Amino acid sequence: MKSDQRFKWISLGIIWVWFTLFALLPFCLVVISSFLSRSNASLISLPLSLEQYTRLANPLYWQIFQKSVLIAALTSLISLCLGYPFAFIIATARNRFKPLLLLLVIIPFWTSSLIRSYAMIAMLKAKGVLNSLLLMLGIIHEPLTILFTNTAVIMGLVYNLLPFMVLPLITNIERLDSRLVDAAHDLGANWFTTFRRVIIPLTLPGILAGSILVFLPAMTMFYIPDILGGAKSMLLGNLIQNQFFIAENWPMGSAISTMLTILLALLILFYLWATKGRKRGDWL
Amino acid sequence: MWGIDELAKYVVELQGIHKAIHGHGILQNLNLKIIEGEFLTLLGPSGCGKTTLLRLISGFEEPTQGTIFIDGKDVSGLPPHQRHVHTVFQSYALFPHMSVFENVAFGLRCQQVSFPEIKTRVEAVLKMVKLEQFSDRKPGNLSGGQQQRVAIARAAVNRPRVLLLDEPLSSLDYRLRKAMQIELKQLQRTLGITFIFVTHDQEEALSMSDRVVVMQEGRIEQIGTPREVYEEPCNLNVAKFIGETNIFDGTILSSDETSRQITVSMLGKKRLTKSSRKFSVNEKVHVLIRPEDVRVWGRDEVTDASDMFEGTVLEVIYKGTTVDLIVRINEQLTIAATEFFDEDDDRLAYKIGESVLVNWGNGWEVLLPYEV
Amino acid sequence: MNRRYLHVAYLGMIYLFLYCPLFILVVYSFNDTRYSLLWQGFTWHWYQELFHDRSLWLATWHSFTLGITSASIATLIGMITAISLYRYQFTGKKILNGLIFILILSPEIVMGASLLILFAFLLQLKLGFLTLLLSHVTFCTPFVIVTIYSRLVSFDKNIFEAAKDLGAADWQILKRIIIPLLWPALFAGWLLSFTLSLDDVIISYFVAGPEFEILPLKIYSMVRSGIKPEINALCSVLFFLTLTLTVLSQLALKKRN
Repeated sequence: MKSDQRFKWISLGIIWVWFTLFALLPFCLVVISSFLSRSNASLISLPLSLEQYTRLANPLYWQIFQKSVLIAALTSLISLCLGYPFAFIIATARNRFKPLLLLLVIIPFWTSSLIRSYAMIAMLKAKGVLNSLLLMLGIIHEPLTILFTNTAVIMGLVYNLLPFMVLPLITNIERLDSRLVDAAHDLGANWFTTFRRVIIPLTLPGILAGSILVFLPAMTMFYIPDILGGAKSMLLGNLIQNQFFIAENWPMGSAISTMLTILLALLILFYLWATKGRKRGDWL
Repeated sequence: MWGIDELAKYVVELQGIHKAIHGHGILQNLNLKIIEGEFLTLLGPSGCGKTTLLRLISGFEEPTQGTIFIDGKDVSGLPPHQRHVHTVFQSYALFPHMSVFENVAFGLRCQQVSFPEIKTRVEAVLKMVKLEQFSDRKPGNLSGGQQQRVAIARAAVNRPRVLLLDEPLSSLDYRLRKAMQIELKQLQRTLGITFIFVTHDQEEALSMSDRVVVMQEGRIEQIGTPREVYEEPCNLNVAKFIGETNIFDGTILSSDETSRQITVSMLGKKRLTKSSRKFSVNEKVHVLIRPEDVRVWGRDEVTDASDMFEGTVLEVIYKGTTVDLIVRINEQLTIAATEFFDEDDDRLAYKIGESVLVNWGNGWEVLLPYEV
Repeated sequence: MNRRYLHVAYLGMIYLFLYCPLFILVVYSFNDTRYSLLWQGFTWHWYQELFHDRSLWLATWHSFTLGITSASIATLIGMITAISLYRYQFTGKKILNGLIFILILSPEIVMGASLLILFAFLLQLKLGFLTLLLSHVTFCTPFVIVTIYSRLVSFDKNIFEAAKDLGAADWQILKRIIIPLLWPALFAGWLLSFTLSLDDVIISYFVAGPEFEILPLKIYSMVRSGIKPEINALCSVLFFLTLTLTVLSQLALKKRN
């Protein structure tokens, strides 16, 4: 019908216009800006140059990058170790409890991470709850300085990003066919072997998805290192923020953002390669 | 082409239909005329194109070549709802958020029929499918058989010329299937609408249809009444697809045109038979004989074994009403026989390895031209 | 049933980790002291201070209007996109799928920076409500799309064909079938967008202007200056708001399953 065709074209029109204008175009602008320079008159101007990228080779920037990767990797690892058993227990829980258990994970997931990070401060202060508890239990004799250290940043990141690890894992583990586990046991494998050779490989897509969902934000959520790590904590996200608002070097900020996007692309490609031939998820 | 009068008595007509999807030919040069008021079944294995054919008639797909006429009118390019044919889907596709009444009334509502008329027509058709008391229920609270009746009612209330049913019984269990087959047949007679039914179950096709269209690989192999298709298959494909059959090679010894009597040589013996086809002397043929037509005898029961085939029992399969016997005739050939099981009849108490004799009534064979 | 106890213990430990800080936050919002972290008595004082802080109210009002508007637009665009992806074949469909996937995964900071360049440099727009609105809709829509699409694929796909077969035009299918079946997902998608918009810090940081103050940025600047009891009260209130919205959304999605 004519009106059906019209409906289709209007819908597709709106979609394409919006996404091109506000997603594709801005991204292209970032890439283009990274090849431009900063001038006194305007934040971004000609001439075209590779200056920003050559400046990135500076060991200072490289150090920040290394530190960001390290912290992000640690965050992912800790989230994985804490989160995998957690996700496994929930995914295999009885149907009666599962909705409630899921809800209790989703609530922190939806709570502003700013609020949650702020809540961590009270925990980690010298006179904070954690120290008071440990002192009271006699585990330590002097309050630990946690706040404004890398440890605090990692703790804050794990605290914020744990749900991002757990939720994809739960979806993935739920899809695990329990009969495969039964078959492994039936053929003589003990728990450890079954875990290593059946469960882990089959839940690999979930593990990778969760890790990527933790790794990238860990590098770029600038307000967490800012609040919990203090002024001296400079990760990649802080660097970009700094370039745009303090150093006012937009091309540099764009260059770093472009590198970040390339990193994202590499991680996605890795994910697709590592999960080739397996069931991944609804959106892929 | 056909004159207007000729076209008019066929409610649906397909001429020269070709359909290809992504370069793969699904249907090849299909021609079919469907008589008004008949129960026609499209029968064939998965992938033979029967569902595609249904979708061409309903308008969800267009043929790559060829024309489709409904009531004498060319419907090329006409969308589904303008064709006066309706489809009952395999999964029923009932609207889960609407009650039975609302489901059935849906088509009428979309055409903006007045509410009093909707009420009368919906209630009438619900009565016909015996679901008047369920009109407020949601599909989720109905059994499979009931859901199917709602799907049929929903299509039938719009008074289509043809109702297309795409394997509607395949998700039901055996008992329910058998019951629904009878119900559907009665429903078709009550409604008086032409039914085009798709199935891969040949028993279903034979028991329900006025005519059967046997399809394979996008082509129509044979069109005929269930009896014609079963007893006189026109080629090996049809013969093998419908029912069980034994196939032997033979050579024509003599053929009389007037009396249609033919002598054929097979397995070293001569047999006298009849055929409506023409064969020439020395022509190679296939000789087909259905297992239920084959008789098995013990050696000691027979005096004159001259026109019988010798063999040894290979398998005995008891099936309740019948017993299947597989008899080895020679190194390469076995013959399957099905006999009604009679507790008192010693004749049927065969043992594996026993030596037996096999034959069948004269003229019960079907002769087909030799195919490689 | 040793294993069962082990499971419960582990779950309890992690849930404790997740909720403890928030719990402490709420408790301290009632603590009758400004500087000490020891309990000094129950008080509503900080909530009263909160109530009287006009700039905070303004920021809250701004955030709410922004959230409601962007959630509504995002839900609309998201619904159209999800339905189009489900029903139609069109050139570039795979690209659109990929784009949505990338938008969900990509770091917010990149999106924030890119939108800043778009608005401030290319379009020369003043940073404020409009730029915030456009940005929020852009980053919320992919989540709405995924929510609605998951719901769509759970239906028997023949339903739409059956409706067409029976004579329904596209708008009738939308009105009589798609929206009634979809509304729990629409509701959940709206709530998700609203929450994401309310909580967003990074993207808003890049595209917000001085005249249209929003809550998360205000909290951020307050937090950087150290612990204040009013912030505790504010955060507690927001936490309970999020709690309610989450529960509502999950209930909506559970319905009609």
